[in-house]
Amino acid sequence: MKILVIEDEPQMQATLVRSLQQEHYLVETASDYDSALEKVALYAYDCILLDLNLPGGNGLALLEELKKQQKTEGVIIVSARNSVDDKIQGLELGADDYLPKPFHMAELHARVKSVLRRRKFEGQPLVQLRNLQIDPDRHQAWVAGQELVLNRKEFDILLYLVTNKDRLVSKTALAEHVWGDYIDQADNYEFIYSQIKNLRKKLKDHGAGVEIQAIYGIGYKLVSP
Amino acid sequence: MKLLNHATAYFAGLLLLVISGWAALFYFNMLDEIYDSMDDGLENQKILVMQKARQDSTVLLQRGFEAGYYSVREIPKGQALPRTDLYQDTLMYMQNEKDFEPVRMLTTVFRQGHRYYELRLITSMVEEDDLIEDLLYSLLWLYVGLIASILVVNNLLLKKIWQPFYHILHRLQRFRLEDAQPVPVQKTSIAEFQLLNQTVEELLRQNVATYQSQKAFIENASHELQTPLAISLNKLELLAETQPLQEEQLLQIGSIMENLERLTRLNKSLLLLSKIENRQFGQQEEVSLQKLLQKALTDFSDQIAFKNLRVELDAPQDVTLLVHPDLAAMLVMNLLKNAIVHNVPGGFLRISLSQTALRLENSGKEQPLPPDQVFARFYKDAASPASTGLGLSIVKAICDLYGYSVQYSYGQGHVFTVNFTS
Repeated sequence: MKILVIEDEPQMQATLVRSLQQEHYLVETASDYDSALEKVALYAYDCILLDLNLPGGNGLALLEELKKQQKTEGVIIVSARNSVDDKIQGLELGADDYLPKPFHMAELHARVKSVLRRRKFEGQPLVQLRNLQIDPDRHQAWVAGQELVLNRKEFDILLYLVTNKDRLVSKTALAEHVWGDYIDQADNYEFIYSQIKNLRKKLKDHGAGVEIQAIYGIGYKLVSP
Repeated sequence: MKLLNHATAYFAGLLLLVISGWAALFYFNMLDEIYDSMDDGLENQKILVMQKARQDSTVLLQRGFEAGYYSVREIPKGQALPRTDLYQDTLMYMQNEKDFEPVRMLTTVFRQGHRYYELRLITSMVEEDDLIEDLLYSLLWLYVGLIASILVVNNLLLKKIWQPFYHILHRLQRFRLEDAQPVPVQKTSIAEFQLLNQTVEELLRQNVATYQSQKAFIENASHELQTPLAISLNKLELLAETQPLQEEQLLQIGSIMENLERLTRLNKSLLLLSKIENRQFGQQEEVSLQKLLQKALTDFSDQIAFKNLRVELDAPQDVTLLVHPDLAAMLVMNLLKNAIVHNVPGGFLRISLSQTALRLENSGKEQPLPPDQVFARFYKDAASPASTGLGLSIVKAICDLYGYSVQYSYGQGHVFTVNFTS
């Protein structure tokens, strides 16, 4: 999987690259509009992370260029502007997603995987981890072929944790992803725990080869021992 | 009262005063002139009567006024000598009017031979009350005529002259900072209006420029703060994944992340507040509050279940508001979040929606909050350090934007009421 990171802030770029490399993607970078345009024209990528404020041009113009060249890369706009206009315009120009900064890495990985899945596995959309199978589109999960009956929240948690397997997912990231952005400012995330508890029990009862670990003080991690 | 009518009212008052004063002056001058002319006539008649008396002694026998305009009576010399001509007004019975009418009378003395005679001459006089009445009517017509012409002049001429003023007034009335439309200025040759046009033009231009730069500042501030926040947060996440880490270190990292997340929320909320207050949410559409409430309750269902809250939703009719959909969601979410976060385990939450108001009542600390402070920025309960203290400020800002009112009161619990009609 080849991913192009178009980001002008060097530290941000380095962090993104490192985190993406941990997922074994092939990562390339561009720091300004012109080099981004060049790379996009010369090579094909599976996914592009696009910052909008670039030296030498606006990221939205790059989107237009991609559209003109009839490229089908999955594009995720990553912007600190968090403006509704940018979002609408970006999605209209063919971007797949819009992720406002700051974000949690877990959220980025979930979005990247979702884009890759939609682009690459058309007709074969199942996520597989050990004996666990998940169909993200139909909201179904199986352990060793036997269906795991989950409520909506449990399913979302499981998919999010599986997408970020072996990665530390903070409570906030999980809450914002599953319960929505408005959940922020909640004084505590203890209500998450009861859903996790139910999910753990169901996984264990079905003999799933994955396990949700609680990382004290931060959040959770799904491992497959 | 309109400007033009205002001026007319003053004119009417002033004219009444001037015309009354003028009328009094005119009346007395005229009367004076009439007396003067009558007295001259009497003087002339006196001479004529005295000439006639010298030729015809029967004249001296005219004792009364029966058929003439004079009467003669002989008086002793001693009485006659100190006399001078005397003009006076008196009343006399007039056959034609069948009434006593005022007459002007000249009393004088003359000598014929060695005898002295007193001669009295009369002439019919102006009827003063009739004169006043006529004068009053004439003046009334004059007054009405003047006011009418002022009104006509105002409405036709002045309106035309004041046209640029009304144009600019109308323009200011419809001026919106968030979508400032350049409107052509109406050309005028009046110096004051030119100055007004220029001043308003300059003022609007400056306001729009300030607004634009503030808008840009908000976006820049957002960008500048979000990026270092994003870098720090993501670097911490990478750090947390490095091995080996002890539990104590993870705990520290978790705590730093929580603070950074809180900083992010604060930043986002402050930017949102500024955006609302700068009226940067222009777009409006019909939003169903009933649906919004149901969706919000679903979103918060886990928190409600966790706190074991009793929720009563009383929304018999749907209410739609013409607002920005995101702001409507923000309004409902913030009110609901507030009522849940500050609730006590096993408490209640009553929501009622009517055509005029949305009312939320929740249990919580059994102590009323200061109603003048709850909506202030950064006002928060010491018991919930994670809250930004901006949620209710955002609610207030949204209400202010759309002309709703929001109030806090304390009854069975804490009550927040949003009135859609203010």
